[in-house]
Amino acid sequence: MVPLRVDLSLPLRSFDVELELDVGAETVALVGPSGAGKTSVLRAIAGLARPASGTIACGGDVWFDSAQRIDRRPDQRSIGYVFQEYALFPHLNVAQNVTFGGGRADRLLWRLRIEHLAEARPSELSGGERQRVALARALARNPRVLLLDEPMAALDPHTRGSVRAELHDLLRELALPALLVTHDFEDAAALADRVGVLVDGRLRQLGKPADLLGSPADPFVARLAGANVLSGVAAPASNGLTAVLLDAGPTVYAADEAAGRTEVVVYPWDVSLARAAPDDSALNHVKDEIVSITPLGNRARVRLRTLTAEITTASADRLGLAPGEPVVASFKATQARLLPRG
Amino acid sequence: MRAAFAALLAVACAVALAFLLLPVAAIFLRVPPGDLLGALGNDVTRDALLVSLKTSAIAHVSVLLVGTPAAYLLARRRFRGRGLVLTLVELPLVLPPAVAGIALFAAFGRAGLLGGQLDALGVQIPFTQAAVVLAVAFVESPFYFRGAIAAFETVDGSLLDAARTLGASPARVFARVALPLAAGGLGAASALALARGLGEFGATIIFAGSLQGVTQTLPLAIYAQFEQDFDTALAISALFIVVGAVLLVALKLYPWFRFASIFRSRFAPSTSS
Repeated sequence: MVPLRVDLSLPLRSFDVELELDVGAETVALVGPSGAGKTSVLRAIAGLARPASGTIACGGDVWFDSAQRIDRRPDQRSIGYVFQEYALFPHLNVAQNVTFGGGRADRLLWRLRIEHLAEARPSELSGGERQRVALARALARNPRVLLLDEPMAALDPHTRGSVRAELHDLLRELALPALLVTHDFEDAAALADRVGVLVDGRLRQLGKPADLLGSPADPFVARLAGANVLSGVAAPASNGLTAVLLDAGPTVYAADEAAGRTEVVVYPWDVSLARAAPDDSALNHVKDEIVSITPLGNRARVRLRTLTAEITTASADRLGLAPGEPVVASFKATQARLLPRG
Repeated sequence: MRAAFAALLAVACAVALAFLLLPVAAIFLRVPPGDLLGALGNDVTRDALLVSLKTSAIAHVSVLLVGTPAAYLLARRRFRGRGLVLTLVELPLVLPPAVAGIALFAAFGRAGLLGGQLDALGVQIPFTQAAVVLAVAFVESPFYFRGAIAAFETVDGSLLDAARTLGASPARVFARVALPLAAGGLGAASALALARGLGEFGATIIFAGSLQGVTQTLPLAIYAQFEQDFDTALAISALFIVVGAVLLVALKLYPWFRFASIFRSRFAPSTSS
């Protein structure tokens, strides 16, 4: 029996959410732009919003079934819900927040390493601490399903990495069906076993993070996963590859087969930069100009006119890159995936 | 030019302050404080004080008991005609109190809308203490209602949702989350409504009359004493000013009280599990 089965139709202001999703003892992330209906899905599962039709079942328990006119109240569904911005009760301290729904706080506070904060007010906590209190509160009643709405969004960039690693470990350890919603593909890929891309209420693609990266269903998914998506016209080339004349000017080669209007998908971390075209195995060398350089920890995002490359800051420093300067961007034909125009 | 404008602002401010404070100060300057206290001891004042306290207390508690859950509903639910309901509720705010008195007559008087039914039950309302209670409640309730709706609207809806997912029934969500978080605004609205109710005059004198010991509240006693014993009128007025000042200061100090309670719970010995 599937731990959580969702099949619902939920009318929103400008579109309907239509979603069919089974979640086993795993973490599934719904990722998509804001306004895609992600939070509405969580609210429907928790009983805070009523779908127009469909079923929501947890194990053998039916929480919602429009055909049988079953609609259990939120307090009658076994849900742990971590709200966006965490929604901690400001007038209660940490221990009172965690035990609001009953149960004991001490073991959970200890497990999440916040036992020293039991008497603190939410307003006195850091973002990471608030997230842990919200998790402890959501878990205090031993829920059968865990819902997380943008659990990373309220964190500052420098605590993000460590908080994400801890949340990942906690989710593995709980082995609960967990549905997580985020607009950040990187968070989704790092936290979830499977990732679903939700756009305008529809699931565009659902799969392991590596599958979404390796074979995105459409240009939108590729762009969401962080790829460069370059438009052009494809034609078979004499070397057995496909040549794509990019709208931006240069021609690039790809190992995939395609003809006519197409999109070339290249991940920034597959692009290397050099001062002059190197004599290497990469077939694609695009002469370009640096628009901006954004450091991301030990990596740097280098935006060029046609595409974006992600290299180590060490390399960027060694090359002495600066905006306005010419560079050559290189990537292999096997790293250029072709998608029909979407 | 700039200096002249600055001077104009300062003068306007001084005139406004003087205009507002001079009459208030005059009450205390006209009669020595000892005589004021003495005047509060006479029968008329004592009776009026008792009537005022009793009717205001009953009216205010009723307004709080009915108004708080009603305001919660209107603040949290979105339904067709909500705007109309909110506007209608505020209508008594802009009515002259005399109109409120006539309206109450038209509803609860002998020849009024419910007069027949009340008569059949043997109940007569006009010119009784019940009439005072009705008049006070009618006039003060919009003040409380309006403030209470605003207070509940400022409570973050996701906190109420969170409580729901933590197994709390709607009644528990109200008691444990909405009520404590709206407490500041509810307290302020309650104080304003109480002050308005204590000062109620026009609707009361029309609907309840001014019978000493029965329907004569403190404001009505001021009016009754105005021509007979001006010092007593002054003394009651002074009492009002003191009560009003205490209410105002309490309202201004409220954030500080809140802070103090957080401070206490933060450093108090642990009581949680």
